[in-house]
Amino acid sequence: MDLIIILQAGVASGTVLLYATIGELFAERSGIISLGVEGMMLLGAMSAYSVALSTGNPWLGVLVGMIAAALFSQIHAFITITLQADQVVSGLALTFLGAGISLVLGEGLSKAGAVSLLPSFSVPLLSQIPILGEIFFTRQSVLVYIGYIFTPLAAYYINKTRPGLHLRAVGEYPAAADSMGVNVYLVRYFYVFVGGLLAGLAGATISLAISPGWFSELTTAGQGWVAIGLVIFAQWNPWRAAFGSYIFGALRRLILDIQGPVVLLGMANPFYYNPYWGFFLQMIPYLFTIIVLVIGSREAMRKRVGAPAALGKPYVRGERGL
Amino acid sequence: MTDTTPSASQKRRRFPFRVQIEQRIDLPSRLYQFLVSFLALIVALILGGILISMAGGDPFRSYAHIARASFGSTGVLSDTIVKATPLILVGLACTVAFSMRLWNIGAEGQLFMGAFGASTVVLLPILPADTSPWIFIPVMIIAGALAGALWGSIPGLLKAYLNVNEIITSLMLNYVAFAWVNFFIFAVWSEGGFQMSPMFPKTAWLPRLADYAESIPAFRGLTTHLGFIFGLILAFVVWFILYRSKWGYEIRLIGDNPRAAEYAGLNIKRNIILVMMLSGGLAGLAGMSEITGVVHRLQGSISPGYGFTGIIIAWLARLNPFAVVIVSILFGALLLAGREIQPSGIPKMIQGIILVCLIASEFFLRYRVRVIRIGED
Repeated sequence: MDLIIILQAGVASGTVLLYATIGELFAERSGIISLGVEGMMLLGAMSAYSVALSTGNPWLGVLVGMIAAALFSQIHAFITITLQADQVVSGLALTFLGAGISLVLGEGLSKAGAVSLLPSFSVPLLSQIPILGEIFFTRQSVLVYIGYIFTPLAAYYINKTRPGLHLRAVGEYPAAADSMGVNVYLVRYFYVFVGGLLAGLAGATISLAISPGWFSELTTAGQGWVAIGLVIFAQWNPWRAAFGSYIFGALRRLILDIQGPVVLLGMANPFYYNPYWGFFLQMIPYLFTIIVLVIGSREAMRKRVGAPAALGKPYVRGERGL
Repeated sequence: MTDTTPSASQKRRRFPFRVQIEQRIDLPSRLYQFLVSFLALIVALILGGILISMAGGDPFRSYAHIARASFGSTGVLSDTIVKATPLILVGLACTVAFSMRLWNIGAEGQLFMGAFGASTVVLLPILPADTSPWIFIPVMIIAGALAGALWGSIPGLLKAYLNVNEIITSLMLNYVAFAWVNFFIFAVWSEGGFQMSPMFPKTAWLPRLADYAESIPAFRGLTTHLGFIFGLILAFVVWFILYRSKWGYEIRLIGDNPRAAEYAGLNIKRNIILVMMLSGGLAGLAGMSEITGVVHRLQGSISPGYGFTGIIIAWLARLNPFAVVIVSILFGALLLAGREIQPSGIPKMIQGIILVCLIASEFFLRYRVRVIRIGED
């Protein structure tokens, strides 16, 4: 068990969470809780894999996966923004529906043959850096590299650009944004769409790059929910979201790999000799999500920073309050 | 959401009617609420049919099959009720929590922990195998409900004292519960290497209708078990708690307006924990009823996602415990017949469509849509 290999794989598996988390972060910054991430990821993973399989072009697969999930997210947008229904229930509905549609349309995909995957490569020069180069820049999928550029871009977009300002205004005080001429409904539709695109990308990252294939609901195994938890831990900040995603990815990888070697840290590996202890290892990512949430919530209370003020509240023009 | 959208004003010249949408001040009548839900269900089934035919199936045959395979004879009706039994219990669990706007989506895990708790009575063992059913079953009920309630109290405690979002914690605990139960059925109580515990003694089985076939021949082969009666009794108990007791009033007040409830001096933290425990306890009973009434052993495949279906059931029943019973029987039919339908994801997809249509239909409960003749107003 080589620590560098684990971290290398951890960065790759953290990329999935990174896209999903930042997608959710965009939607929540505009004031919409989108709990359907798991369903959108499944839909993205299934359609990306199925398109890549039938056309032989993985890039087309990624594109279709993203668009499918984004169009699907508009159901949630319509129900919560136009019909002003409860965002929690609508998000749950989307989770069921996304999983159901993916299972129906993905029937038989798991037995399908090999698919051409997205390319992996090492970055010249950067991969020569000791340790860090090996972890971050050696034989990673192209989507992992896109992930590195993506976080600073997202942070810059939200904090420094005019559309980013509108996004934050709509999430914090939609009535004020509306009076300044920002179309609150349109902005919210747009960022739910962006959230869908990124959830679809996260799904496609799984099925076409990180752990290729379609394994019905086990493809995502609750990672969509982990992403929603990470948004809270990240306190709606893309940098913290990226940090949380990579740590989490590494943890997932470590748990998978720790059962392999006979000798661990110079002594007999208890997980090798008691394979059933693996069930307790399986609990760790989920328990860790809860711990991360507790940390995030405590910090939010202490620093008095927190969720966008209008998060979860439908905006009705002319109504009192937020 | 005001009355004149640009497109409406353009149409005014050509079309003599326009649609006006206005907010309702009070809730519409019960009958209207029922009709809206019913129509949402119909629309959902039509949309589901379209999707089934797009996926290459025949929707009419699928639906006819569901109806025949679930209500076609006394035998299958009895099986439908067996499927409905855990759904009633988890539906009630979700109803209690949702009445306080507490989003317990961990009923699935609480169900598994309830099954685990009830199993410990037989497998640990807490009681010897030859104990009378009159002691065995009540002890298993208590153990199952207690295990579910303890599991449910974790998100409750975290929410009450640390302000942690209960949606994610309750969901994450599902996965922990699966792994926990799997550890016991693989490693500790495995029977001959299979992924299940040994069979429970007959004294720990919930009585079935078929057990009385000697005196009433019509009951021969019917699998409906005592858990269904528990479900009916608990539906009444939950209705009484929510709509006739002081505690239920507090629960609904906190759900409707937490700020007002706080000013009224209600102890919100205590209520969060208690409601989560009640909710978890009901879900735990569902697990207990499955292992003592249906499979008679602890195994991994006791639930095809009952805990999640419970969410939809509670919502479709509009948090009315008696409606939960009826809706559960309908969903029991869907699950029973759905086992044989290909592709296997169809029941899950239909559940999703139903919930989407239902939540969308609530628009008509909050707004009045009127078609107005131009020039009338």
